[in-house]
Amino acid sequence: MAEIVFSGIPASKGLALGYIWRPATGAACGEATQGDAALTGGDADALRKAIATAIGDLSQLEGTLSGEEAEIVGMQLAFLSDDELARPAFEAIEAGQSAVAAWTEVMNAEIATYEVSDDEYFRARAIDFQDIRDRVLAALTGVQSGVLQVPRGAILLASDLRPSQFLSARWGAGCGIALTDGSPTSHVAMLARGRGLPMVVGLAGELRDLEGPALLDGTTGILVSGPGAERLAEGKARLEADSAARKQSAALAGEPALSRNGVRVAIHATIADPAELDGLDPSHFDGIGLVRTELFLDKLEKLMDEETQFATYRRILTWADGKPVTVRTLDAGGDKPIKGYTAVNEANPFLGIRGIRLSLRQPEVFRVQLRALARAAAYGKLRIMLPMVTLPDEITTARELLDAEITALAAAGVDHGRPALGIMVEVPAVAITPERFDADFYSIGSNDLVQYTCAVSRDEAGVAHLGSAIDPSVLALIARVVEHGRATGREVSLCGDAGSDPRMVPHFLAAGLRSLSVQHGLGGAVKATIAGLDLVDHRAGQA
Amino acid sequence: MSQDYLVASAVLTNDAGMHARPSVKLTQLARSFTANIEVATDSAGPWVDAKSPVKLMRFRAPQGATLWLRAAGEDAQRALDEVLALVAGNFGEGAHG
Repeated sequence: MAEIVFSGIPASKGLALGYIWRPATGAACGEATQGDAALTGGDADALRKAIATAIGDLSQLEGTLSGEEAEIVGMQLAFLSDDELARPAFEAIEAGQSAVAAWTEVMNAEIATYEVSDDEYFRARAIDFQDIRDRVLAALTGVQSGVLQVPRGAILLASDLRPSQFLSARWGAGCGIALTDGSPTSHVAMLARGRGLPMVVGLAGELRDLEGPALLDGTTGILVSGPGAERLAEGKARLEADSAARKQSAALAGEPALSRNGVRVAIHATIADPAELDGLDPSHFDGIGLVRTELFLDKLEKLMDEETQFATYRRILTWADGKPVTVRTLDAGGDKPIKGYTAVNEANPFLGIRGIRLSLRQPEVFRVQLRALARAAAYGKLRIMLPMVTLPDEITTARELLDAEITALAAAGVDHGRPALGIMVEVPAVAITPERFDADFYSIGSNDLVQYTCAVSRDEAGVAHLGSAIDPSVLALIARVVEHGRATGREVSLCGDAGSDPRMVPHFLAAGLRSLSVQHGLGGAVKATIAGLDLVDHRAGQA
Repeated sequence: MSQDYLVASAVLTNDAGMHARPSVKLTQLARSFTANIEVATDSAGPWVDAKSPVKLMRFRAPQGATLWLRAAGEDAQRALDEVLALVAGNFGEGAHG
């Protein structure tokens, strides 16, 4: 049998090697007929009882779960407990409709308003309301859909899956989920990621009569029917490698990152909140590669509070104990508005007043941060990084502001240091001609560099496949900046999310990068990836 | 019966806007007050009961939308303060970088 490959959208990474498995069609949907409700006190009463039964069942299910899973069931409970949901159904019953017809029509109308939403997130909520509708219908008609028993190695193939089905199901080892509808932002996708179950949604093609052996790749988003010997061997090797890699990364987390041939790569941690440092071992990292200040400076009054900022930066430097700490100045605007500070009603906020553009427009706010940073620099190796730089002048102006604050601190006899001043490389204008930008160091912001190079919105799943940090165009830009850094003796690193992705790391290192800032939980996995690579030793070449 | 409302507004800064989880969190908080609390996405209304998650979700308020709040009753000021703090804190969700 020849291989057939179906493409979809990745929703939860991982690989399943097994066979196509379809759940028995749920009895709850469709041509539900009314039980003996009418005999026992009327339709309104029947609906009231059915809702109470559904609430009881959901509460029981919630009691067996914890964390995010319990929270998702809790949300359904909150909606079902809201009288507003069933109110129009009771009105329709009053007007003479049966309980089943009234509930079905009212819920279908509610669901339809979600299905037509422009917002992907709201569209993905339609399935939650279908889940609620069918649970009440089952109670109303007395037809209960059974608990899914998903056998070992089964790749569940369906049009969509309800959160309650997922949660009540018994999942065998090595299962996967393949859906022809669905969304990567659905609750089921979230649940699958939490349990580490591979999942692909939006699969297109003739899947109706599919059966037999199959492979599901939740990382690339494909379903392969009748996988060939070669693909199967590859898949098995990957599963074994995954399990070996998990063990290896745990072992390597506390070691310096070295390639197979002994080339050292610097691994820094990215943090958004100083509270993340609790429980983080400084010896596992070469420093802090990115502190995202906009996440704790999320209000204008915090931006103006020099003392609290100073205390925060000093705390991070104390933790780092002499290792470098790179603090990014406020990167507000775009998808990160701050009330009373960022511009409102921009037609395209990602191309508008954000990052350094915003800081330079409001120097009285920017100065507070620069002053707090210069004071904190007395306590360790602090480096300041400017986001969204587009023109060389922006660095010059920022440096003048920093110098002025340092001069004022010196005149007032306040303890301070002189931090290095570097820039993020996010705008292609910088990456194409880095030599125009006189910065002490450069850090590739891969998320935005991809967005601006490939013209791909960061928030729209429908175009996500068009852009990647390892797109040849993006890698060429990175290599150009690395080359400039090497020629002028300035450090070039990468601090975007892609730096924590073991699939992308080899490409970045091949482009010449030798310094990455990673999500701190993924340091071990990145080090394990590096340990399997042979790298060119640029230092040896220069010596 | 006319009521004197205290009014406030806040911008939704969390990733997905007023979706399921924030709606439920807001209504749970609103229910802990005796005050009559209402929500709108425009200062001119329509105003809906902040204690109904179904009604809040019907706004489909995306990230960046302004949420208007008004409250009347004995603990109205505290109710507004706490609901505003919930919105400003991204409903306890991490914002992405």
